[in-house]
Amino acid sequence: MFEYAPAPESRSVVTIQPSYGLFIDGDFTPGKDVFKTINPATEEVLSEVALGAPEDVDRAVAAARRAFATWSALPGAERAKYLFRIARIIQERSRELAVLESLDNGKPIKETRDVDLPLVAAHFFYYAGWADKLQYAGFGPDPRPVGVAGQVIPWNFPLLMLAWKIAPALAAGNTVVLKPAETTPLSALFFADVCRQADLPPGVVNIVTGAGDTGRYLVEHPGIDKVAFTGSTEVGRQIARSVAGTGKRLTLELGGKAANIVFDDAPIDQAVEGIVNGIFFNQGHVCCAGSRLLVQESIAEELLDSLKRRMATLRVGDPLDKNTDVGAINSAAQLARITELSEIGSEEGAERWSPECSLPDRGFWFAPTIFTGVTQAHRIAREEIFGPVLSVLTFRTPAEAIEKANNTPYGLSAGIWSEKGSRILAVADKLRAGVVWANTFNKFDPTSPFGGYKESGYGREGGRHGLEAYLA
Amino acid sequence: MPKSPKAALKEPTRLSVRKTYKLYIGGSFPRSESGRTYLVDGDNVALASRKDARDAVVAARAAQPKWAAATAYNRGQVVYRIAEMVEARRAEFTALGVPADEVTAAIDRLVWYAGWSDKIAQVTGSANPVAGPYFNLSSPEPTGVIGVIAPPSLLGLVSVVAPAIVTGNTVVALAAGPQVAVTLAEVLATSDVPGGVVNILTGHAAETAPWLASHDDVNGLDLTAVDDAELATELERAAAGTLKRVRRPGSGDFTGDPGTAPMTAFLETKTVWHPKGF
Repeated sequence: MFEYAPAPESRSVVTIQPSYGLFIDGDFTPGKDVFKTINPATEEVLSEVALGAPEDVDRAVAAARRAFATWSALPGAERAKYLFRIARIIQERSRELAVLESLDNGKPIKETRDVDLPLVAAHFFYYAGWADKLQYAGFGPDPRPVGVAGQVIPWNFPLLMLAWKIAPALAAGNTVVLKPAETTPLSALFFADVCRQADLPPGVVNIVTGAGDTGRYLVEHPGIDKVAFTGSTEVGRQIARSVAGTGKRLTLELGGKAANIVFDDAPIDQAVEGIVNGIFFNQGHVCCAGSRLLVQESIAEELLDSLKRRMATLRVGDPLDKNTDVGAINSAAQLARITELSEIGSEEGAERWSPECSLPDRGFWFAPTIFTGVTQAHRIAREEIFGPVLSVLTFRTPAEAIEKANNTPYGLSAGIWSEKGSRILAVADKLRAGVVWANTFNKFDPTSPFGGYKESGYGREGGRHGLEAYLA
Repeated sequence: MPKSPKAALKEPTRLSVRKTYKLYIGGSFPRSESGRTYLVDGDNVALASRKDARDAVVAARAAQPKWAAATAYNRGQVVYRIAEMVEARRAEFTALGVPADEVTAAIDRLVWYAGWSDKIAQVTGSANPVAGPYFNLSSPEPTGVIGVIAPPSLLGLVSVVAPAIVTGNTVVALAAGPQVAVTLAEVLATSDVPGGVVNILTGHAAETAPWLASHDDVNGLDLTAVDDAELATELERAAAGTLKRVRRPGSGDFTGDPGTAPMTAFLETKTVWHPKGF
């Protein structure tokens, strides 16, 4: 094993203000109450942020409604240029934003720098180009924007989820009120500044920070025409219930419990990299994480040995260290959930294993963990853990693999590892999941539609398909 | 010469054989398990119960994987065959009061949808130019089992059932116009449509629809024919429990170009990635 010297990214590239207001109608305005956002790796307070109250949401929706008239009437080519501008500014400020995101979220700088920020810029760049080509998107000869969109996003990819929501909405001529997650509000507030730098007209993008109540008030607001939510299936259900009968458009990107299926002819080393990427990328805080490993019985032992060797080399720790592979768990509450479900895994008889790894004293940490001897009845095989915890199950035949993979109310993603093309395509056909990664995992691209089957939600984000939710 | 009473008895007026209007579940025509009927225009029609709805969902689920796995070409031919069979039974539908031009429109609508079976994937799918060495393809797949609250007219019924099944879904339809719907079921039973692909229940939507809306094994809900806003909201709310895809178009006019929306409402998009390399 190599010892790695610390390689810290500089924190000084980002200046965080001691407090932030709500971004409404082009200006930051103070909220009545505030809450603190912390660095989950150190528990240090990063800033105080306004807690959006109903009257703040009212103001934001009114601002978005006013802006809609002019924004939707703007020629598509002009809207496009605003979005291209935003994409460029994000590229220019990507180092600052990457550090900010790592501080507020706890994810390794390697990921924010190499995955989140490049994808954020690419997403704006992609949808910018659609703004003046909507009539060619396949949704009718004269597609119109829906109106004001209320968007609620999660904490696992704060700025990337913002991009997935805002870029297609604006390209199609809608205006938005977006609520970032309670534990990761900062990158959305920095994005507000990006909008100002881009001279985006006031009210087109409004950012209302807050907690669950703020989000609920927003999605239930009679002044919005469209709700877009990414988060847990349970909250998704509540939103679908509250939207029932209102005529509001709704897209939901919810939980998952993806099967990552490894057949006996898979290249073991590549599969192990894919498994590690599938479950330990972003601390497993990924709705499409490959959290159920289904491995063909004949190679299970060899594969698990290799997986454990690889896990022992994962570096867990300071998110700002460029060598870090696994960062901090996003919040105390999430750590408690991961801990609880893992304890249940042991109690239900699965065998738990983690590599030796020293965790920092402060902050929220969870060592990469696998459970073997897991059956389909175990809660760790059924429930989304949303952490660096992998449940390992085995199978004998492709039919058994498919049946186990589909034996879940979720249907967001799945993985297949095999060298046999015909088997890959046949299995991919049978998996009830919106994204199937074959001989790869956790790949994302603005041109590639993403979204779930069954209780993983409905609607697609990304690609031509992603425009549909924002066009009438 | 006047007929003698004896001669009249020898040549009686022939009594017609009436049709029994039953449910259509899994390719068979059972009575309601509840034993209930209701009177519609002089006919005793089976009054579907909660249990019938659940049986129909079981039949629809059982039929779905094979129907979805059939080739698009095959599904297209089966839907075309439905059109042929409606054409053959034109007189039967008009005798039930369906205007002749509506029968024509229903036949043409079936032919239109038959042709969509092997084209919808080309229109709604895409090859995605991702920034990396990957094959990346998005294709539509059927949502699964769809509960349909169907309109009473023949054209309306065809306009909600055909788009759902042509893409590989299976359907449980609550039919408001029972005689027309059961007659269409008889068409389906003789059209090479595998049993369970379309199941038709007659009765009161307000009674059976909530069971479909909350059923864990129903994936989509078409509320086209629900005029009662309160009932529609209640059904939408129940559907939220398992995050069903809900279709609730604004208009009940089926005469215009339907567009692709009736099909895409019950299609999922699957995106498959694979690396490229030597």
